[in-house]
Amino acid sequence: MVGVTAPAIDGQDHRDEVVRAEGVAKHYQVGSNLIATLRGRSALVKAVDGVSFTLKRGESVGLLGESGCGKTTMGRLLLKLVPPTSGSILFEGRDTATIDGADLRAFRRSAQLIFQNPFEALNPRLTIRQSLAEPLENAGVPRAERLGLIEEALELVRSPSPAEILERYPHQMSGGQLQRIVMARALILQPTFVVADEPVSMLDVSVRAGILNVFRDVRERLGLTAIYISHDLALVRYVCERTIVMYLGRVVEDGPTEEVVHEPLHPYSKALVTAVPVPHPDQSHEALPIHGGAPDARNPPSGCRFRDRCPHAFERCAVEEPKPIQQGNRTVYCHLFDS
Amino acid sequence: MPSETATTTQAAYPSRLNAFVSGLWRIVRSIHLPLSDPFAMIGIIIYLVFFLVAVFANQIAPHDPTEILFTESYDLAADRLPGEDGFVLGTTSLGRDIFSQLVYGSQSALLIGLTAAAVVAVIGTIVGLISGYFGGVVDMMLMRLADIAFGIPFLPFVIVLAAFMEPSIWNVVFAMALILWRDTGRVVRSQVLSLRTRAYVEAARVSGSSNLKIVFRHIAPNILPLSFLYGSIAIGWAILTEASISFLGFGDPETISWGYMLQDAYASQALSTGAYYWFIPPGVCIVLVVVAGFFISRGYEEILFPKLKE
Repeated sequence: MVGVTAPAIDGQDHRDEVVRAEGVAKHYQVGSNLIATLRGRSALVKAVDGVSFTLKRGESVGLLGESGCGKTTMGRLLLKLVPPTSGSILFEGRDTATIDGADLRAFRRSAQLIFQNPFEALNPRLTIRQSLAEPLENAGVPRAERLGLIEEALELVRSPSPAEILERYPHQMSGGQLQRIVMARALILQPTFVVADEPVSMLDVSVRAGILNVFRDVRERLGLTAIYISHDLALVRYVCERTIVMYLGRVVEDGPTEEVVHEPLHPYSKALVTAVPVPHPDQSHEALPIHGGAPDARNPPSGCRFRDRCPHAFERCAVEEPKPIQQGNRTVYCHLFDS
Repeated sequence: MPSETATTTQAAYPSRLNAFVSGLWRIVRSIHLPLSDPFAMIGIIIYLVFFLVAVFANQIAPHDPTEILFTESYDLAADRLPGEDGFVLGTTSLGRDIFSQLVYGSQSALLIGLTAAAVVAVIGTIVGLISGYFGGVVDMMLMRLADIAFGIPFLPFVIVLAAFMEPSIWNVVFAMALILWRDTGRVVRSQVLSLRTRAYVEAARVSGSSNLKIVFRHIAPNILPLSFLYGSIAIGWAILTEASISFLGFGDPETISWGYMLQDAYASQALSTGAYYWFIPPGVCIVLVVVAGFFISRGYEEILFPKLKE
């Protein structure tokens, strides 16, 4: 059993939990055709492998990690876009695996995704109005009320001149404008839970701040529970109170963002924090404490997955998977803190 | 009051007409007719000409194509040369007007071509959409069916089918429906496999769209040009097949088609008597229609696969 159930928060009832992931794993078979199997070439990629956490109502959590650590897969799992291989995801107390039919429609209304690439997330053949109307159609909003809601949503994301852009096609708009549309589309049904998958990574730096501010304001105004997926610690710090650091399909550290940034516990979090350039001439540039790249996800190291890059690795790291250890407000998955 | 309702209906009527026209135009645009390609344009014009000839066959043809004609002196008007006694392309050995046969032949060609194209495009597209979008067991079963269809030789299959059923031009359409969906299905499926991973398809799912809605709104419009391409290829195939079947003598003796004309000419030894006016016109018509299909598909090739253009 790889999954480790997150420790229940003592004395608190679970009613303010919006999302609860319990030992969630998603494995992908690669090279699963007959010949590859016969040649022994087929392998299992453990994109997400035993992740547990809970999100409380109104919380904004950053999911941080480098490319290929499974953070996007985790976002897709939370939204029931892919089924988990094992473990369970509870949305407002209900296992998402059992949601279907009318309940699935209700779930789609309340859980939304903001896409990474706004140029891809809108159908090029539909006008902005048609794209924005689609969630409303699906939710059964009467035709007469749609335009009002569309305009309201565009106002919410501070889209400039909403009246003019409605009949445009995506290719006639800039990335920043499109990302606002994508956000408007996600927010138009007033969801309670939003996953933002690197929403500014495809945008010019000059428009990033605007989008991030909108995201932050909207989240506060609507009281959204949000997950912000990113590889950029600075962005996560800007929009999230809590940060979950992932490495190769596992959580390594989970705690308030400021604490993680100022005093990272896990060696990997330390490396991430060090990797952020500091724009100050006096600040000495510390060398990264780790070397090499992330190992092949098809064949991760035994025990702690970070051990082959970790400067503090010792024998126990190779044989035993680290359990969650509570350190103040934080949970860290590392043998160093197991006294 | 009545006058007011009358004006409102009048006002509503053109707007509905407008909506219909603009809807039609949207469909035409979504098919992406390769209008800029001169060859494709020639193909479309050829189709258009044959279409008009078929529609107005009654007006164009001077005689009933099966009627045995006599001259004014009550002689059998057989084996007349073109222009002789007012027969534009002459007559057959049985005294039938070749030009009228040619005109009416375009009718059956059109009928077979269009129905076969529609059947092939529709079945292939639906199979491809279902197979590509849903994947899994459904995909496997449909693709194994396609494998079987690929394994069946087409012309012998039509002959066997004709042997089991009454000779009719619909045999060809039926056989094409049973077999030729395989190409369209395979190609559409591969396209759907790539389309369904697009972010906007996932975005549609997140926004609560049903599978049906995703397939028809977000995926199908992108593969319509492909379906139409395979449809236009199928027109040529159908006419060619019908001609082959008729020439081999398995066709419908009641229906005048270009293949029937060739068979008639062959059986009457028109080749050895040098009656070129008899067998060349239907041959040319078949070639023109098939080539038109090829031209149009060539035009599509440049739209669908622009990298091939070099």
